[in-house]
Amino acid sequence: MARRIPRQAWALGLFLLILLLIPLAITNRYWMNLLITTFMFVSLGQAWNWVGGYAGQISFGHAAFFGLGAYTSTLLLTKFGVNPWLGMLAAGVVAIAVAFLIGWPVFRLQGHYFAIATIALGEILRIGFDNWEWAGGASGIELPIMESSFLHFQFFSKVPYYFIALALALITYGITWWMTNSKVGYYLRAIREDQDAARALGVNPTKYKYIALMLSAMITAFVGTFYAQYILFIDPASTMALDLSILISLVAVLGGAGSFLGPLLGAFLLIPINELTRSFLGGGGRAYNLIIYGALIMAIAIWQPGGLWELLERWRKRRRGRKQEVTHEAA
Amino acid sequence: MKLLETRGLTKRFGGLLANNNVDFYVDKGEMVGLIGPNGAGKTTFFNVLTGFYKPDGGQVLFKGQSVGGKSPEWLCARGLTRTFQVVKTLKGMSVLENVMVGAFVHARNASEARRKSEEILRFGGLYEKKDMQAGGLTIADKKRLEMLRALATEPDLLLLDEAMAGLNPSEVQEAVALVRRIHQEGVTIILVEHVMEVVMPLSQRVVVLAGGEKIAEGPPDVIAHDPVVIQAYLGEKYARRRQALGEL
Amino acid sequence: MTDLMQVLASGVLMGLVYALISLGLTLIWGVVEIVNFAHGDFLMLAMYLAFTIYAAFHLDPLISLPLVVIALAIFGVIIHKFVIRPVLKAPMLAQIFVTFGLMIFLRGMAQFIWGPDYKAIPDPLVSGSVQIGGVYLSLPQMVAGVGSVLGAAIIAWIVYRTELGRGLRAVAEDREAASLMGISPEKMYIATWALGAGSLGIAGALLVNFFYVFPEVGGVFGLLAFVTVALGGFGSVAGAFIAGIIIGLVQMSAGFFIDPAIKDIPVYLIYLLVVVLRPQGLLGEF
Repeated sequence: MARRIPRQAWALGLFLLILLLIPLAITNRYWMNLLITTFMFVSLGQAWNWVGGYAGQISFGHAAFFGLGAYTSTLLLTKFGVNPWLGMLAAGVVAIAVAFLIGWPVFRLQGHYFAIATIALGEILRIGFDNWEWAGGASGIELPIMESSFLHFQFFSKVPYYFIALALALITYGITWWMTNSKVGYYLRAIREDQDAARALGVNPTKYKYIALMLSAMITAFVGTFYAQYILFIDPASTMALDLSILISLVAVLGGAGSFLGPLLGAFLLIPINELTRSFLGGGGRAYNLIIYGALIMAIAIWQPGGLWELLERWRKRRRGRKQEVTHEAA
Repeated sequence: MKLLETRGLTKRFGGLLANNNVDFYVDKGEMVGLIGPNGAGKTTFFNVLTGFYKPDGGQVLFKGQSVGGKSPEWLCARGLTRTFQVVKTLKGMSVLENVMVGAFVHARNASEARRKSEEILRFGGLYEKKDMQAGGLTIADKKRLEMLRALATEPDLLLLDEAMAGLNPSEVQEAVALVRRIHQEGVTIILVEHVMEVVMPLSQRVVVLAGGEKIAEGPPDVIAHDPVVIQAYLGEKYARRRQALGEL
Repeated sequence: MTDLMQVLASGVLMGLVYALISLGLTLIWGVVEIVNFAHGDFLMLAMYLAFTIYAAFHLDPLISLPLVVIALAIFGVIIHKFVIRPVLKAPMLAQIFVTFGLMIFLRGMAQFIWGPDYKAIPDPLVSGSVQIGGVYLSLPQMVAGVGSVLGAAIIAWIVYRTELGRGLRAVAEDREAASLMGISPEKMYIATWALGAGSLGIAGALLVNFFYVFPEVGGVFGLLAFVTVALGGFGSVAGAFIAGIIIGLVQMSAGFFIDPAIKDIPVYLIYLLVVVLRPQGLLGEF
């Protein structure tokens, strides 16, 4: 036990070092874009995981927070000239406020009722923005091109975006680490396993679901602002649609819902698959990605509900078990 | 000193009167048995005491304070908790983590909660299984875990809902021994049981509910020979027999 | 005034179709204890099937209806065997995701096979409309309304008046007790999927006469079915009809008096209000 922790620390340090050095090695814009998108989904997937994985409240409406994040900073910038970094903070505040408002009704619901309610809320928001002409309506908003600088949150090169996306992912993982090593993480899991038992043990379910949802909404909105500043174009279809909510939840579930590393694994597997199928198979509106997502989700649900993380764990345990057998025989 | 007291407690479900005007108390340090035939309203009474149901009438006093309608988590933080008739194990968490959830009520951080929980698992004889998934335990171990988990919240009053139901005789002996040891640690206990034989030797005082009302109260040996109590139980057996005959 | 009558008439006719669609959902939910997120996409398949038969053999959907029903019933049973049965004892997460995955998969396949654009039957057998007191009633919609009532009546008859229906209700009530009485839950599940998916065959063949079909068409209808079940009360046939009609009316009124683009928003709001304030629905039991 004592020997394992430093080894994990080494692995973590090495991983971070590689991530910091990658922009030196990779200059290709296509690959940089792939990595930036992947980091975005590491954050999104993990933020979803707090609510859907740890607390077990399955949301299919997380795109709403993403879209609110993108729209808050963008509208503040285009209509009122507010700096996007301040816009990002405002986006977080808006998302937390919305999470607070919807928490009251939806936390009374469980299971399917909760999931459907999140779909309904997400769709209400999307349809609303589609028809809100002041906010660009269905045709969306183009962000004004500004000078490439940190202050303006706009860069000609992809490298600064890379580091910002990485920083967001690290912040998200920092929060996750804090959560899993504190009362909050234990309480969320207890709520998922059995709400009545949790209450008898002194857990206030509504309070802790709120903590998870508000943090999740905030991070998701931050990533939404980042996306707007990165792509420089937003519309309801790309920032608020059900498809995005699905992709966010899928990242977490594929990797392993309710696990620490799950969303990371999920994002690094799913986002490249997603981008590659889009660039190689895509076109012609043939929807290969939908077919692949759908089949993948069914396969996970049927054969591997614990996701990739559980698969790795099982494999590691079996290997360790075999090692022990060998040493036993040798002795 | 009365730790918990109810005065005229009443609970209705639509037209059904589940608890009618029940006066009940438990003194600090006591172990009280609450018995009664099926449908006597024991579980409802329990759910009201522990905050899962709101009372429709009467008062619940805990440590002298009126607590009727307070939430289970509020009560737990102030020293009143329970176990469940149908075990509610946190299946996807380890045995240790189950206990840690309880310990977090007072522990300031995870390492303190872990230390305390390991101590409790040693006390309750589940330490060797601390890293197992709780869902994989036997029923007897699950019931034991549930008691230990409740103990981790440092209760002054622990309500055990049929802690022995579904166990074989030797498991019942072990469970009884654990309940005694928890009581010796200074925890006041209310035991709800359907089977009289389990409660009698453990309890210092027995309260009998039937048809939602308190019909008798006293030392176990007196209650066991109380004609009113015997009739309540016999009536049930008689009714069951009649039902069985009717089925045939 | 005529506007109002017009809205009322269209709302009621659509509401009858929603009622039929929601019956299949509530049946599967009740007996198999699975909430089928892909319910609307089964309907989409039925619509495409009727459309394809029309395109290939020039058979009108009203004539190919029995074929579509049988095909959907078979499809339902296949889905049960290969997709649903493996997760019957799995955790909630797996159960929610499996039909959710199925939903996405079916939409992807539909787009792959039929393309993303809207398709419609150019000259259905029944077309046009009749005018009654200034109100235009579309004939295909009237056929769909009447057909939905008949379809629902058949299902209600099977569930409440036949031996099979007794078995279904027994399993819905208590799985273990039913199997102790010699009713095989698995057989009942199969029957339920056949009935539930088959009823969508009826609805699909009726709808495609006047409604465009496209890969995402199931999304709207699926959600409407959930809302109908939630509003009408779980497992209540009368509730499904009342709720279906209310929803049809709300949708049509919002579309007519406010803006067609937002006609679904009030429907979602109804869902949220109902599940939060009256979780048992209008006519629900518990």
